[in-house]
Amino acid sequence: MSKRNVKINVEYLTRVEGHGNIVINVKNGKLETCRLDIVESPRFFEGMLRGRSVFEAQHITSRICGICACGHTLASIQAAEAALGITPSEQTIQLRKLLLHYETLDSHILHIYLLVAPDLLGVKSFVPLINTHNDLVRRALRMKKTCNDVCDVLVGRHVHPISAIVGGFTKLPRPKDLEAMHAMLTGMRPDMEATVELALKLKFPDFERDTEYVSLVSDDNEYPMLMGDLGSTDGVRMDKKDYRKMTNEFVVPHSSAKHAKLSRDSYAVGALARFNLNSEKLLPKAKEVAAAVGLKPKCINPFLNTAAQLVECVHCLEDAIAIVEHFMSTPLNYDEEIVVGLNEQGKIPVRAGNGVGAVEVPRGILFHNYVTDQNGILTGANCIIPTNQNTGNIEYDLMKLIPEILDRTDEEITLTAEMLVRSYDPCISCSAHLIDIRFNGR
Amino acid sequence: MKKPKVAFFDFACCEGCQLQVANMGETVLDVLGLIEVVEWREVMSEKWGKKVDVAVVEGSITDPHAVKRIKKIRKRAGAVIAYGSCATIGGVNGMKNNFPLEDIKHYVYGDSHRFFPTEQTKAVHQVVPVDYFVHGCPVYIPEFVAVLKAALQGIPYYPPDYPVCVECKLNENVCMYDRGVSCLGPVTRAGCNSWCINNGNICYGCRGMVSNPNEKGAQDVIAKYKIPMELVLNKMNMYNKCRELD
Repeated sequence: MSKRNVKINVEYLTRVEGHGNIVINVKNGKLETCRLDIVESPRFFEGMLRGRSVFEAQHITSRICGICACGHTLASIQAAEAALGITPSEQTIQLRKLLLHYETLDSHILHIYLLVAPDLLGVKSFVPLINTHNDLVRRALRMKKTCNDVCDVLVGRHVHPISAIVGGFTKLPRPKDLEAMHAMLTGMRPDMEATVELALKLKFPDFERDTEYVSLVSDDNEYPMLMGDLGSTDGVRMDKKDYRKMTNEFVVPHSSAKHAKLSRDSYAVGALARFNLNSEKLLPKAKEVAAAVGLKPKCINPFLNTAAQLVECVHCLEDAIAIVEHFMSTPLNYDEEIVVGLNEQGKIPVRAGNGVGAVEVPRGILFHNYVTDQNGILTGANCIIPTNQNTGNIEYDLMKLIPEILDRTDEEITLTAEMLVRSYDPCISCSAHLIDIRFNGR
Repeated sequence: MKKPKVAFFDFACCEGCQLQVANMGETVLDVLGLIEVVEWREVMSEKWGKKVDVAVVEGSITDPHAVKRIKKIRKRAGAVIAYGSCATIGGVNGMKNNFPLEDIKHYVYGDSHRFFPTEQTKAVHQVVPVDYFVHGCPVYIPEFVAVLKAALQGIPYYPPDYPVCVECKLNENVCMYDRGVSCLGPVTRAGCNSWCINNGNICYGCRGMVSNPNEKGAQDVIAKYKIPMELVLNKMNMYNKCRELD
């Protein structure tokens, strides 16, 4: 091993959601510093929520993130309903699962095509691909738009959903809406097949590091996304109410995102974590894709999170079609449509409470926790974002990865480090932005 | 003709308004065919750092570093478009201004709050001059396309200056007040095609207030439906708190 010095300082990592920097310092061939700095301007959502009605929390917290606006919405609603003691109807639960599938699909497609594919195809962004891989870019945008359009039908828009609120939906899809969604979703199947074909040709870096994976788990046969207990590959299982024991957050000076740990120094959440814990519950078509891309639990190559996302895309698309078909044959009960804001007149009973929402959003498990007073006013709020939970784990990955690739050029080291961070699909706006790499002394 | 150079920048925000561009689908390629996007950190690794014809700025200005950054962007930009509520009116980030800074920092980061410098939330025009405004949380894409066209031609764009109620009536929605709940439509700037009310929700005022709101009329409506003024004002502070800094 060379006694080389490498100084990497990627300021504002690109092609990720939010602002972050990668800082790597190698002196005489020894790794001295390895950090993922989260430099997103903190937005203080948890602080701002205090004094607002719990019924407004969804509208506000959806604005934490444009990519997972629906995920925040669903976690927020779950926490609010738990605090208020509201049990959603089976119809509402199914429609919420549908909404979550739409978002997972949308977000994974954005990540696979626009954020990751440029690295694997050796270009800086999707822009040069417009000329070299026009079909690919068009397919990506088409799929993305379909996800967006089905969200428009279901909840008014994807960024930020309008009709999904505490208690249910302010507007339920009519039969023509269900038909429209069905046509759009089934119309997406050929593009999804082409996406799988593309993924089979992509070569992901070889790298492994064993870690603990955390996601929702359940005792039924459904791949848990919206509901379940908290589980880990190290055998931990607990109720979502105990989420703080699961995340054990701590503040680190270089990051406006808190870090988390469980049984080891760090853990990972996201598509790969869900796959590692629940792969046997995937729909058959998704299992086929997992087998084709060679993904087997427990997979400990973080770069393959993107492959797990692909598997989930297939699962979410097929399950979404199944839910829509269910409501095409078993009509929706439109009496369940609710009027927003009726709580203003005290029509919805409120109480002092403490509720936790735990939802698998595209990047991993998301927690919202609200405490309300007897008038339903928020006195406390806590949101734990997937990227916060992954940041520590990313740093440990980098610490193992960098010494393994020190024989490469500065550019290659930088790119591989960026690709590693990007594979986690970090969403830094949520957590509280990523990478400019400079080299000295070579 | 050389293609105009356009760059996207983000400050404190959810980046959802940038995402709205990607959500245009294949038509985004038509737009990209007319301009040269030189910087867009969320989706591009290419870096430019020089003069641009149009800077699209998303997000609010909330810390000392952001103040410096936006001033530098202003210097190298021909036209600045404030893009989305966070940039045009401070948006939900403004709710922070409801609390003393020390209090809110301490609440979120405890004893480690000193690591995170923050200031009162400001809209972009409250820090540097802004040429165009695309309101909304999120932006309404047809309006962004209209503004971008105006900016590229160097002609002004005037957002609608009548309330959301006008569009809402044309969409034949039942008035939310008649359904028993308060709504900020009567004082909020139109241009969103009454998006939220069309989907069964109320207007939260995300496009900011019309320049000359009919306050008396709004008060009459609020009184008629026996809605506590405090509740309405509290709602208004969700997006429009930064108005007091204008």
